[in-house]
Amino acid sequence: MNKNKQSGFLANHSQLLIPLIAIVILVIFNLFRDPSFFSVSLASNNNGEPVLQGNLISILNGASELVILAMGMTLVTAASGGQDISVGALAAIAGSVFVKVLKGGPSISAFTVLLAVICCCIVAMIFGSFNGVLVSVFGIQPMIATLILFTCGRSIAYWINGGATPTVESPIINAIGSFIPGIPVPTPILIVILTGILFSVLFRLTTLRLYIQSVGINQRAARLNGINHVGIKLLAFMILGACCAIAGVIGVSRLSLINHETLLINIEMDAILAVAIGGNNLGGGKFRMIGSVLGAYAIQMLTITLYAMKVPSTDVKAYKAIVIIILVVMGSPVVKEAFDRYLKKFREKRETLAGKEAA
Amino acid sequence: MENDIVLTMRGICKSFPNVKALDHVDFTLRKGKIHALMGENGAGKSTLIKVLTGVYTMDEGEIRIDGTDHPIMIRSPQEAQSYGISTVYQEITLCPNLTVAENMFIGRTPGKTVDWKTMEQRAGEQLENLGIPARPRQQLGSCSLAVQQMVAIARAVDTDCKVLILDEPTSSLDDTEVAMLFKLMRDLKERGVGIIFVTHFLEQVYEVSDQITVLRNGELVGEYEVKDLPQVELVAKMIGKDLEELSVIKKQERTEDQKQEILYEAEGLSSSESKPFDFHIAKGEVNGFTGLLGSGRSESVRAIFGADTVTGGKVTMKGKNVKISKPLDAMRSGIGYLPEDRKGDGIIADLSVRDNIILALQVIQGMGHPFSRAQAEAFADEYIKALEIKTASQETPVGSLSGGNQQKVILARWLLTHPDYLILDEPTRGIDVGTKTEIQKLVLKLAEEGMSITFISSEIEEMLRTCSRLIVMRDRNIVGELKGDDLTQDRVMRTIAGEGRMETAGALEKEGA
Repeated sequence: MNKNKQSGFLANHSQLLIPLIAIVILVIFNLFRDPSFFSVSLASNNNGEPVLQGNLISILNGASELVILAMGMTLVTAASGGQDISVGALAAIAGSVFVKVLKGGPSISAFTVLLAVICCCIVAMIFGSFNGVLVSVFGIQPMIATLILFTCGRSIAYWINGGATPTVESPIINAIGSFIPGIPVPTPILIVILTGILFSVLFRLTTLRLYIQSVGINQRAARLNGINHVGIKLLAFMILGACCAIAGVIGVSRLSLINHETLLINIEMDAILAVAIGGNNLGGGKFRMIGSVLGAYAIQMLTITLYAMKVPSTDVKAYKAIVIIILVVMGSPVVKEAFDRYLKKFREKRETLAGKEAA
Repeated sequence: MENDIVLTMRGICKSFPNVKALDHVDFTLRKGKIHALMGENGAGKSTLIKVLTGVYTMDEGEIRIDGTDHPIMIRSPQEAQSYGISTVYQEITLCPNLTVAENMFIGRTPGKTVDWKTMEQRAGEQLENLGIPARPRQQLGSCSLAVQQMVAIARAVDTDCKVLILDEPTSSLDDTEVAMLFKLMRDLKERGVGIIFVTHFLEQVYEVSDQITVLRNGELVGEYEVKDLPQVELVAKMIGKDLEELSVIKKQERTEDQKQEILYEAEGLSSSESKPFDFHIAKGEVNGFTGLLGSGRSESVRAIFGADTVTGGKVTMKGKNVKISKPLDAMRSGIGYLPEDRKGDGIIADLSVRDNIILALQVIQGMGHPFSRAQAEAFADEYIKALEIKTASQETPVGSLSGGNQQKVILARWLLTHPDYLILDEPTRGIDVGTKTEIQKLVLKLAEEGMSITFISSEIEEMLRTCSRLIVMRDRNIVGELKGDDLTQDRVMRTIAGEGRMETAGALEKEGA
């Protein structure tokens, strides 16, 4: 009975195996290298507020933007069977709008920050629906459709603030980018948790998951069952747009300035990778958002580990590539099948042995 | 062994998990004869063909071929080819973007380099020889489907071919094209090739074949000379005893559907794929669209459901005007639609049986009102039991079920929405005989309970058993409506074909001239 349950768990969650194994291996590796690698300490910052510190915290904190983008990317991947490569550029646009609105007011208050967040969310969702229309209405391949915004997005961001890289100094912005006074957990981590909760509420209160999966697996059948496949794809891109806005706001708040050239640069590839490592089919269809989240953390942990090993930043990408090759091959259908065959054989052997014993 | 026999198969057995596909089947093919292999879907025709071509290996039995004095084992399609057994499948398996000559010689150009000149020359000779109207340098995709089919045959017979298998070669061809193909088949027959002809079209069997072997439920019913077997008897042999049993059920129901109220009515309904037509169905009525493949029967029901872009027409449902321009409109008006292409339009393969069952009702319910897990489980459970769907669990991806069970899942999906009007397009295609009968019985039972059903099937027998009114289509037009005493195999055939045989014969003459 117990054994049955276990194999059921494995079958249900085998998708999460790869990112989990990656994380476990990285944890063990780091503990060997430095037993205190994951120790978390409570320290005080410059203002005398209590804050949590340590590699674990900086991994969780640093991965925040990536995790949020990976969540949105999961939906786009599932619904459209393709990826959005404009998320970094779109986050830069959103960040620029955020700063522009903040700069527009006489002073930065909680109200103006809220207004700025709403504005940049709306703008990002409009750009997201631009991508979405190209994909769902015109049937352009997602990677080609989003290539447009990927190419020109940072120029648009440049125009928004007239080419300047304005700074936004305010305790509120500081609180978003680092710590809220009195709370020792970095705010980006809290935002990630909040976003996760929002998504799970969304999935619970609507049929979005079923619709996205249906459209991604078999668009024609979904249509014949009354699902508006154009609308669903569009919605996925708009949700990803909102994710870009949140990631942009976090990115801007960390530095208290917008640099449209460097903000979340190259993050689109990591976001796609997170979705893939999370065991989601890049061709669309069934998805597990938690897989992408774990994938994103695995990528960040790998990056931090490499930096901690004093690998020169120029070499980090090469090492990252090696690990990624291993992960991707491990998650490939060929390896999976071989693994399943092995597991089946093993089980059969066990059963025949048990049978013999019983006899 | 008689002298003119090219192929004998004796006591062929082949089992799959849960089903015995072939049970001691014998088959004999003679030189220069066209031998039709007949049976309903799931009778074992394609399994037998696949055993012969090495796609499957048989469990038991013996195959002998002319020229080899011991029984042969066919383990792969290449091996079948080496014994002179060639196959042309239903779907054309050539490359449309290559030329005709390239297609004929692809994968077997002599030597390592390609000698284009010789290749094109040989292809040209071969085409002329067989009277195929195509040029060697023409791109295959630019030829008509019939010519593509014929090129595939030319490719198959180019090697030393003793046995040519044609698996449903005419299903996507029109009458003129069929006539062209038959001419080619007769040509090949003259040259002494033995041809195995698999088809659903009874008329065509009688037009070209010399012998018929009938299979049913994986067993051999018998081998007959075409001239000794009238069409009606052939159908009876294909179907077995079921016929009488079901016709009794129907007779009772048929007498009382006279003064039923009209449930659905369309006037001048047209879509991007169909010409304007009028149609109506009464409450509790089972009617059907019939006609050859491509006659517009599927397009008509798709227009009713709003599956293609609706371009005009007036629709009333229960006496009220309704506008049905997309599937959701139809679903909300109480119409369900089981599509013809189960894999492409029906199942969401990777999703669980449960999700597949609740899908349509969930969509009607709306995006903001998801069913709770418990509710969904209860729904799925109810219909898995009611329709006896064989699945390991509710969580099993529907794509891993057998065809018949997949079809039942889609049926369950629509029954769950409790439609007033259910459209079933080829619900029994490609599924096993047992499930097929179950579905037919279910249709009659639902109609008795007051559901209106439109039923489409390529097998006329099946439609005669279930429908009390048949709408006959040809070339995208409704050409007749049959009910009551007119519902006989013969009448339906005649109406479908119009002046069937004469038309084909005329086309043949035109082709020859």
